[in-house]
Amino acid sequence: MQQYDTIIIGAGHNGLVCATYLAQEGQRVLVLEASDTPGGLAATREFFPGFKASVAHTVSHFSAKVARDLKLAVHGFDSATAPMPTVGLNSAGEHIVLSGTGAEAEINGVSAEDATSYRGYRQLLQRFAELLEPFWLKTMPRVGDTRLSSLLTFAQLGLKLRLLGKQDMGEFMRVATLPARDLMDENFDSELLKAMLSWDGLIGSKMAPRSPNATVLALLYRMSGELGGAHAIPVGGIESLIGALNSAAASTGVEVKTGARVGRILIEGSEDGLRATGVELANGEQIVAGRVVSSADPQRTFLQLLGVEYLEIEFSNRIRRLRCEGYVAKLHLALDGVPNFEGLAKPDGRMIIAADMDAIEFAYDDAKYGNYSQQLVMEILVPSLHQESLAPAGKHVLSAHIMYVPHKLKGGWTEEARAILVQLAIDTVAIYAPAIRAQILHSELLTPLDLEQIHNVTGGHWHHTEFSADQLLMMRPTYEAAQYSTPIPGLYLCGAGSHPGGGLMGGPGHNAARQILG
Amino acid sequence: MNTVNRADNEAIDPYAEERLKRTYFYPRAAALNIRDAWFVWNGYKFADCYYDAEYEYFCVRNSCATYDICPMQKYIVSGADAETMLNRMVTRDISKLNLNRVTYLCWCTDAGRMVDDGTIFKLGADKFMLTCGSPSLAWLRKSAFGFENLSIVDMSDKIAALAFQGPTTCEVLKQMGLDGIDTLKPFNIMHFPFGDSGAGSDDKPLMVSRTGFTGDLGYELWIKPELALQLWDALYATGENYGIQPFGEVATNMARLEAGFIMPGMEFNEALKTIHFQHDHSPFELGLSWLLDFKKPHFNGRLALLKERDAGPEYTLVKLDIEGNKPAEESHLYSDKGCNHEIGYVTSAMWSPVVKANIALAMVKTKALKGDIWAEIYYGKELRHNSKQVKCTLKQQPFWAPARRRATPPPAY
Amino acid sequence: MGLDTTQRGRYWDNDTAMKTYDAIIIGAGHNGLTNAAYLAKAGLDVLVVEKNDYIGGASVSREMQEGWIYSSCSYVCSMMRQTIHRDLNLTRHGLVLVPYLGTVSYGDRGETLISYTSEEVNYNALRRHSPHDADAMFRLHTDLARYAQLIRKTLLRTPPDPTSFRPRDIKELLWLAKEFWALGEKELYEYIRFFTMSAADFLEDYFETDLIKAAMASAGIIGTALGVQSPGSAYILLHHVMGDVDGNIGAWGLARGGMGAISNSIAGALKELGGEVRTNAGVEQILVKNRKAVGVVLENGDELTAGIVVSNLDAKRTFTQCMDKNDLPEGIYEKAKNFKIRGSSGKVNIALSAMPKFTGVPDNRYVDRGGHNFVGSLETMERAYDCWKHGRWSDDPFIEAVIPSAWDPTVAPPGKHWMSNFVQYCPSKLADGPWTPEKRDQFGQTVIDKIERYSPGFKDLIVHMEIRTPHEIEAEIGLTEGNIFQGELTIDQLLFNRPFPGYAQYRMPIKNMYMCGSSTHPGGGVSSACGANAAREILMDLKRGNTVPEDDCYDE
Repeated sequence: MQQYDTIIIGAGHNGLVCATYLAQEGQRVLVLEASDTPGGLAATREFFPGFKASVAHTVSHFSAKVARDLKLAVHGFDSATAPMPTVGLNSAGEHIVLSGTGAEAEINGVSAEDATSYRGYRQLLQRFAELLEPFWLKTMPRVGDTRLSSLLTFAQLGLKLRLLGKQDMGEFMRVATLPARDLMDENFDSELLKAMLSWDGLIGSKMAPRSPNATVLALLYRMSGELGGAHAIPVGGIESLIGALNSAAASTGVEVKTGARVGRILIEGSEDGLRATGVELANGEQIVAGRVVSSADPQRTFLQLLGVEYLEIEFSNRIRRLRCEGYVAKLHLALDGVPNFEGLAKPDGRMIIAADMDAIEFAYDDAKYGNYSQQLVMEILVPSLHQESLAPAGKHVLSAHIMYVPHKLKGGWTEEARAILVQLAIDTVAIYAPAIRAQILHSELLTPLDLEQIHNVTGGHWHHTEFSADQLLMMRPTYEAAQYSTPIPGLYLCGAGSHPGGGLMGGPGHNAARQILG
Repeated sequence: MNTVNRADNEAIDPYAEERLKRTYFYPRAAALNIRDAWFVWNGYKFADCYYDAEYEYFCVRNSCATYDICPMQKYIVSGADAETMLNRMVTRDISKLNLNRVTYLCWCTDAGRMVDDGTIFKLGADKFMLTCGSPSLAWLRKSAFGFENLSIVDMSDKIAALAFQGPTTCEVLKQMGLDGIDTLKPFNIMHFPFGDSGAGSDDKPLMVSRTGFTGDLGYELWIKPELALQLWDALYATGENYGIQPFGEVATNMARLEAGFIMPGMEFNEALKTIHFQHDHSPFELGLSWLLDFKKPHFNGRLALLKERDAGPEYTLVKLDIEGNKPAEESHLYSDKGCNHEIGYVTSAMWSPVVKANIALAMVKTKALKGDIWAEIYYGKELRHNSKQVKCTLKQQPFWAPARRRATPPPAY
Repeated sequence: MGLDTTQRGRYWDNDTAMKTYDAIIIGAGHNGLTNAAYLAKAGLDVLVVEKNDYIGGASVSREMQEGWIYSSCSYVCSMMRQTIHRDLNLTRHGLVLVPYLGTVSYGDRGETLISYTSEEVNYNALRRHSPHDADAMFRLHTDLARYAQLIRKTLLRTPPDPTSFRPRDIKELLWLAKEFWALGEKELYEYIRFFTMSAADFLEDYFETDLIKAAMASAGIIGTALGVQSPGSAYILLHHVMGDVDGNIGAWGLARGGMGAISNSIAGALKELGGEVRTNAGVEQILVKNRKAVGVVLENGDELTAGIVVSNLDAKRTFTQCMDKNDLPEGIYEKAKNFKIRGSSGKVNIALSAMPKFTGVPDNRYVDRGGHNFVGSLETMERAYDCWKHGRWSDDPFIEAVIPSAWDPTVAPPGKHWMSNFVQYCPSKLADGPWTPEKRDQFGQTVIDKIERYSPGFKDLIVHMEIRTPHEIEAEIGLTEGNIFQGELTIDQLLFNRPFPGYAQYRMPIKNMYMCGSSTHPGGGVSSACGANAAREILMDLKRGNTVPEDDCYDE
């Protein structure tokens, strides 16, 4: 007798979103999480006694629809937080600050010309982002699928494009595949501004400003939602989002079991073919269910939890060739006080360290050959200024994304290699905040390899698999599994490796649930 | 890489790398190839015919003949995962295959289109040999991805193999001292002592399988390269009194067509080498549905093939007996004598010398199989080109299927 | 042999400055000449004006050292539309295209991979490196042929405007959709993947041997400011293999007498059709009156008037150098300024006293007749690109070398040879200041130092050397930044985006003005397709009968 309708593998935000939607429709749902806490890459961990941080350190485009449907506000998630400014750090203290959203968007620290261009640029991109917005929360149909709902999706996309008008539609089709560098060069003069703006199209990917084809889509994806691409730390922190998701799940009867690592997905084979019937935990316990939904990354799901013997050969090779290597390392510093950044009254923004697009490009070049650059490019913030509970009173946390740090470092991630990178990162921050060295109580470096090991994400990739044009939309993760169902009846995907992709957004979980519920 | 094997004092052949490879039987085969009629197969120099193709063909049907299958691709797949890996790749269930048995099978893409056909030899509990006509290593590696306890070794250049076909073959092998060869059943394998393999080495270096591509009594002999010429010499010494003769590609093609066997590049395009959508073929189209074991919960292409089974294939490969004596090579097929409604095309055709019939294999639209089939045949008569329309009759059985091909022990020739 | 300038003068110098032409075409490159020929064929009175004292643009043969005829810029040909070749009787006008035999690719450690014309021999050669890769090569060729056959069908067609509701555009869009759909669902996705990914990622699915990957990837970077790891380079790879010689997709040909034979033969056809070409006639500005193009002003001050003006110059040069910004509708100048046309390659033409010998290559009359690709490895090629990003020429560049004299007796004295070296990467702007003759020579030195590594004694054979960086290519040929394609071949500049969205149908924002160069669809490569497509559109506007033939694709 089945105890559960659905087992969900992984209690990251997408797993929880999917579980809650299913439970809302009356399904009995069990979520299994290998770690001791839910949240995945957004889980808040104590990295030094009294100091906490999460790998995902801001929220920017969490779906308002999901928050509404799941009543997250009731469960303690306040999405109305004001976005934080994005600050382009300049070693002479002449920073560029982008703040506000929508019509209130402001820019400081650039020429009048660039300021004007910035407004035009934002408007254009906002229009494009709005065009795409509805499609992030829809299943992308298979090409040639003639069901009405699928045809409507295509028709809607066609119509939306047409509604842009001749000029903008043409421009959209050109701009969509532009490298960040060309887009920025076409619009701005300030090198720092160009670097800052390209950052959001590149972070998390193995792409650089000169890489064509996917950057603009990544930018537009991240511009969906009310913040228009700006970032915020909710009142209560990232913890409050995961807490709310967890509580919403519980309130609909979802059972979340932590410390329960799934060893494999159970497959039953007969003359009628194959079917996923449940999972076996690492401790050997078997749990059966009507279906299994995996929020783990596609490679882990298919190649480790399932096994190729149940898959088609070309499909399993398509899964194999998904590009899943992460290039972002995470640095957490426990600080004795508020770091002082020269030229900034208060470091309460999201600060980008990348003097120009070449700096990003050259850092990427080193990573291509398995090294990290001597000139790191980083995104840093002090989350404890927004959420006091992350550090003891008067103390603070600095949270930084470091690009581009390879998952497979030439020579391996030895203690020595890690120490050198930590020092390099601290030195890089110290260019802008010289006094910080004396404030550091403790540092923690999470390389992509660490992220893989701690959070069970292949390659330590934020997005489970690269957000590139050949792995997007109806090709994410591959065309056979892009509609959340897989070639194995009873097995579904709901993680960042599915459309629309990664980031604290909730799209894959939402879409998978819709698809399962039919 | 790119080193040329040569003795230091030997003159350097600047074209060495461009010349076709020679098989392990080449010294003997070349001596008998007095027509110098060469063809190429998988990079090997390979006989088209040796003396007279029709004579060689009749040796296959009348006495015995050898066909050099060294260029055939041979892969040893072994390890604890070997059976699982192969069973997922191929359409038949090889978990039912007994030790020292061979089975003919095919393998398909995810979409159920045929990648290739070939045979699998079960040589040990977790050791198999897969043979096929064209290179398949890339597909094997793709199929092997994800299996850990598995090794795939391309033995194509490391095993000498000779097909030995025809009514007197069993007798010749018996005379050669292969004790018990007459008990070898079709698709079975036996191992025999052979040659002066020294102490401590493999005491039964000669592997014989009762397999072949001629539709007649016959065997295939497998041996390590060092013993290749010795094997040839022994076979020819004994076979001398039994009409032994090497045969080439032309005679093989005649014999296999009579037996109704398919040939890549003729009856089907290998799916991975097909440019145009659905110009490749499914096992249903090729009349190979008997190779599909749908009782297996999973094999590659199963889901797509199930769909095709329900819908029925668009084309079906059929055997045709054609009026008259003009071979229907490359003919188009019609449902009417006026040739208004095209329903298919001939893939291989010939005048069959042994059954005295004008035979062909053809791809015909499945829906048209119930009606008349007409072929428009083009033929030449002293440089004048003519065409004629002739009636075709569907044949269910192979054109040539002597009882001896299956009988154990084989009847006296 | 080569160009007889005195004879050419007799043909082309016409003193007809005051007359009004039906059409003036700016630039006597192969596309300009093709365009003019088809307009002339429709009965138009056409004039092609050329700034240099010779015709051909980048498809040119020049005697830079007595006895040696260099194909100074482009050096091999595979995209030339044979339907145009046949239609304009180019063979009668002197054009003979001969496919060249295999290519040797050289790895960093001295390993070589020789590709042969025979599939079986090629298989054996690959098998010596990797039996797996030898098998996988069949699949690669099949897949590339599949991708190529679709894109080839679009070469002699005008791209549809996806923003338009005109029946013609909708019809053409539906045709495209139908062609895509005919691939089948799986291949359709594979096609999209292929279009957007990098050459290195694409080849990763086929091969295990780095040298084989590198050899195949080299076509993905030629002429472009992308690296083998840049998304989009897989398409560039296709752009170089979609051509054919007599139906052999991916084969390359050499023009007897050098690439000038192509331009000269088209010019011959043009003259026979009554067209006129004027050399030493650089255009200062395109004349616009009442938002209509009415003619050109030459650098010598002459004004020539015409019913229409067709620019065979690249889009950036056309709009930012040859037109008054005030004559342009709003936004066009910016679009042209932003048009991506990046110099990334150099050319070193070398006259040799004898045939060089290459280490590891058999001393074999057939191998000498092919090309020599110094690829190194995927990493070496990618690092070569990194140099370009830093504003330096590659210190260990990728070189595609061809020795046409091995089979063409007309391009070097008997027993002597000339070697064409295409070099990637070489930036048009150096980080350390402008190009100087000294830097140019250092660049050349880098190239011959690399060749010497693979061919000891090579330098001793050098009789004469002509070094072209993007700087020289731009200065002489007029290609902005020395970009050989008249604009990058990235998706944002392909098909209906080429050169700009809304202007991909050869008509420019000024009435009576057209473009016919490689800045338009289908882009670079000596294909004559851009010129022919533009002619078809012009004749449609002028309500003349179409003279441009349809393509004859082998895969129909």
